[in-house]
Amino acid sequence: MDLKVTDYTSDDGITVINVEGEIDVYTAPKLREKLIDLVNKGKFHLLVDMEKVEFLDSTGLGVLVGGLKRVRAHDGSLELVCTQERILKIFRITGLTKVFGIHTSIDEAREKRAK
Amino acid sequence: MGTVEVAFSALPIHVRTARMVTKAVAVRSGVAEQLLDEVRLAVGEACSRAVEAHQKHCPEEPVRLALTDAGERFSVAVSDRAQSQPEDDGLSMAVIKGLADELEIVSTPEGTTISMSWPTR
Repeated sequence: MDLKVTDYTSDDGITVINVEGEIDVYTAPKLREKLIDLVNKGKFHLLVDMEKVEFLDSTGLGVLVGGLKRVRAHDGSLELVCTQERILKIFRITGLTKVFGIHTSIDEAREKRAK
Repeated sequence: MGTVEVAFSALPIHVRTARMVTKAVAVRSGVAEQLLDEVRLAVGEACSRAVEAHQKHCPEEPVRLALTDAGERFSVAVSDRAQSQPEDDGLSMAVIKGLADELEIVSTPEGTTISMSWPTR
């Protein structure tokens, strides 16, 4: 399955990016372009919803890290929503659980942010 | 005991093909269901690495993947013919090291072979 990326920005200024399918060496450029495009449009608070991601490899991780660097240059944030164990495992073995805020739902991410 | 060998052009889209073949052979070899995702991911990482190295150094050469069911182990070897390795493969190697049950990396002037294996039932 290919990669589908959609996004919407809510009133609180957070842009949610829904990612669906496989993020790998072939499809990751599409996600990279989306992140660059959003930052160029002045969207600096990003929340990537990974719940429908079926596969993630290190190229995908690299794109997320690149996105994080970009938004941080604008005092922004890039956080994730992910509860799938097989995807979380990849973040753990690469040490990236310490780098990304990872939430169990979009609502939880919003609540933590509001505090 | 049986081996499946695949040679594929060094293109990112074929990494997906390599993952699909790996999963199919792993299932046949008796790799446990809960290990399949890890096997697929680790082999995909090794193939991505090889594709990247070939694109820089020898884009015409195919990347080689050998899958062997050796009774109690399912073994995979990914071989590249690149004379030097990808510059930025830290994440990729971290994933491979984290997921392979046994791992051996052999680099020679002719290229690198990453061999991984997992237990079968």
